[in-house]
Amino acid sequence: MSEGTLYDKVWEEHTVAELPTGQTQLFVGLHLIHEVTSPQAFGMLQERDLEVAYPELTHATVDHIVPTSDQSRPYRDDAAEEMMSELEENVRESGIQFSDPTTGDQGIVHVIGPEQGLTQPGKTIVCGDSHTSTHGAFGALAFGIGTSQIRDVLATQTVAMEKKKVRKIEVTGELGPGVEAKDVILEVIRRLGTEGGVGYVYEYAGEAIENLDMEGRMSICNMSIEGGARAGYVNPDETTYEWLKETDYFQENPEKFDELKPYWESIRSDEDAEYDDVVTIDGSELEPVVTWGTTPGQGIGISEPIPEPESLPADKQDTARRAQEHMRVTPGETMEGYEIDVAFLGSCTNARLPDLRRAAEVVEGRQVHEDVRAMVVPGSQRVKAAAEAEGLDEIFEEAGFEWRNAGCSMCLGMNEDQLEGDEASASSSNRNFVGRQGSKDGRTVLMNPRMVAAAAIEGAVTDVRELKEVTTV
Amino acid sequence: MTDEIPEIDSVTGTGVPIRGNDIDTDQIIPARFMKVVTFDGLGEFAFFDLRFDEDDNQKDHPFNEPQFQDASVMAVNANFGCGSSREHAPQALMRWGIDAIIGESFAEIFAGNCLALGIPTVTADHDTIVELQEWIDENPDGEIHVDVEAETVTYGDTTIEATVDDAQRRALTEGVWDTTALMKSNADAVADKAAALPYVDE
Repeated sequence: MSEGTLYDKVWEEHTVAELPTGQTQLFVGLHLIHEVTSPQAFGMLQERDLEVAYPELTHATVDHIVPTSDQSRPYRDDAAEEMMSELEENVRESGIQFSDPTTGDQGIVHVIGPEQGLTQPGKTIVCGDSHTSTHGAFGALAFGIGTSQIRDVLATQTVAMEKKKVRKIEVTGELGPGVEAKDVILEVIRRLGTEGGVGYVYEYAGEAIENLDMEGRMSICNMSIEGGARAGYVNPDETTYEWLKETDYFQENPEKFDELKPYWESIRSDEDAEYDDVVTIDGSELEPVVTWGTTPGQGIGISEPIPEPESLPADKQDTARRAQEHMRVTPGETMEGYEIDVAFLGSCTNARLPDLRRAAEVVEGRQVHEDVRAMVVPGSQRVKAAAEAEGLDEIFEEAGFEWRNAGCSMCLGMNEDQLEGDEASASSSNRNFVGRQGSKDGRTVLMNPRMVAAAAIEGAVTDVRELKEVTTV
Repeated sequence: MTDEIPEIDSVTGTGVPIRGNDIDTDQIIPARFMKVVTFDGLGEFAFFDLRFDEDDNQKDHPFNEPQFQDASVMAVNANFGCGSSREHAPQALMRWGIDAIIGESFAEIFAGNCLALGIPTVTADHDTIVELQEWIDENPDGEIHVDVEAETVTYGDTTIEATVDDAQRRALTEGVWDTTALMKSNADAVADKAAALPYVDE
C-alpha cells in the first residue's frame, strides 16, 4: 500500500471512524451540489426526518439544465424550470449558499468552486458528479458520489469509502508547441485504458505537470474518471498558492492564507513516498490528441492512423469495431480532414479563461467554416465577464461563433444545446459516448480548445499547428 | 423508511445477458430522462436508446425480449457503468427489476451506487461470464443463485467462484449497506473532526 502520499495524508486527516464494513467514515470538507443529482437526496432526508447537518459546508449552483441562451424565468423547458425551483426550495430551507444566475457567480460546479476559493489543498471535496475529480488540481482529495451518498453527506457531513491504491503518473519533459493539458490526459487514458484507474487514485507529477497553470491541471484531474480513477490530484505548489491568493475566500480572509499554508505544505506527498504503481510518460513526445471512437480511451495523435480493430488487444476489438461504425471512420487513415458540423468550446474540462484565450488566438482574424455551427460556452458567469473584459467575445463573434451564457451546455443532452441527427462535433468536453451530446446518432471528437477552434475554421479536424497563417490585407 | 436494513446474503432469479465492454451510464439511462426530481418511473427508460429507434420502434435488445421480462440477475462484461456518476443508472435498472449484477468488472462509482441500493455487483473472469451469458440465452427460465456470502454463482449444474468486494460483502450480508444511520451515530466524532481541521471555519 502507498505511504506518505498526499492521498494517505488527507485520508488520515479526515478519518472519523472505521465502519463495520471495513470502510472508512470520511469527513467531507466541501460538498458541492447541483440540480440534477441532489433533489432526490433531499427527498430521502425528508422521508427519514433528517436535517442538513452542516449547511455551511455545502455550496450549490445550477449548471446541467440551465439554458445558455435565454435565461429568463420561468425557463422555456418546464422540466428545467421544475428542477431549478426544486433546488431553490431545497437550499432555502436548508440554509445552503447558492451561486444562482442572479448572483453573477453561477457556472459549472467544477469551475465555480475553485474560482471562489472554496476548493483548497488538503480538503476532501465531494459532489454528485463524476468530474468532481477536477478539484484535485489544488491538492484536494475530490471525487464524485451518487445520490444516496449525497444523502449521507447532507445528513452527516461524511461518506463511507474504501481506501484506494495510488498510481503516480509522471509526465516528464516539456510539452511541445500546440500540445496542451488535454492532450496529456487523453494520452494517459489511451495508454492506461478507461478502466485502468479503477481502484486507484492518480497522482499527476513531473516537469510537464508542474509547468502547467492551474487551469491545465484542472483539465487533467477532471478527466481522471474517464480513465477509471475516481480521483486524481496534483501536489500543491507556488502555482497553486498564487492562484488561491486571488480567490474570494483569501481576498476576504487574507490571514487565512498564512494560517493554512503550513497545512497545505504538510499534506504534499513526501519525497520518499511509496506508490502502488508508477507510470512515466515522456511529455515532449506528445502531439495534439483526438478521439476516433466512442470512449475517451479511443484516442490517437493527430498524425497517427486510426487503428485496425484487429491490432488491438482482444477485449478492445468489439468495442473498437462498433465505435468505428458509429463514427464512420476508416482504420489506416488519420482523423485529419474528418468533417464536422458543430464546434463546441465549453464544459468543466476546458471552459476557463486561459482555454478561451488560447482558442481566441487561433480564431482571431479567421472565419468559422460556412457549414459549421460553432459555439463558445464559458464555464462560469465570471469567466464570461472576464473574457468580455478582454474582448474575447468580440473575437469569437466576429469569426462566427455564438457567445453563450455559462452552463454545461452541449457536453451532455440535458439542455437546449444538443447535436441533431448524425451531426459530428469537435468538442472540448470530456465524453464521446454514443448519445452523450443529445443525439444518439451524434458523433463526438474530443480535442483541446485550440484544436476545436481550428476545426471550426476548417470545417474538419485539423492540426492546429499547421493552420494556414492569417493573411492581412 | 424503516430502521431495519435487510441483510442480503443472496439473490435468486432468472438472468438477462447484456453484452459489451465499457457500457457507460449514458447508455444505461440517457441524460434527457434525468430531467426529473425523483427516481420514480425510471425503469422504463433503462437502456432506452439501445432499445428503441427514433420512432419508438423496438430494436433488438435483451430488455425488449419477452423471455427476459422477469429477469432479476444481469450478466455484463467489462467496465460496466463507466462515465457519469448518475445514480439514475442503477435506480433505472433496479426499477426495471434487476436485483444483482454479475460482470467482468464495474466502474467504481457505479458499483458504489449499486451497493447503496442493496444491489450486489459480483465479478468473475471473461470466459466465465461469456459462458454464463450463453447459458442464460439457452435457459431464459433457468434460475441463477448469487450467493454473496459464499462468493459463488450457481446456475444449472454449474457453480462458479465469483468475487465480491470485502466491504460490499460485509455491508450486504450484515445489513449495513445503507450507511446514513450508522454514520449519524458518530455525530460527536464528526463534530470533533470539524473542530480539529484547520480549514473549517468556526
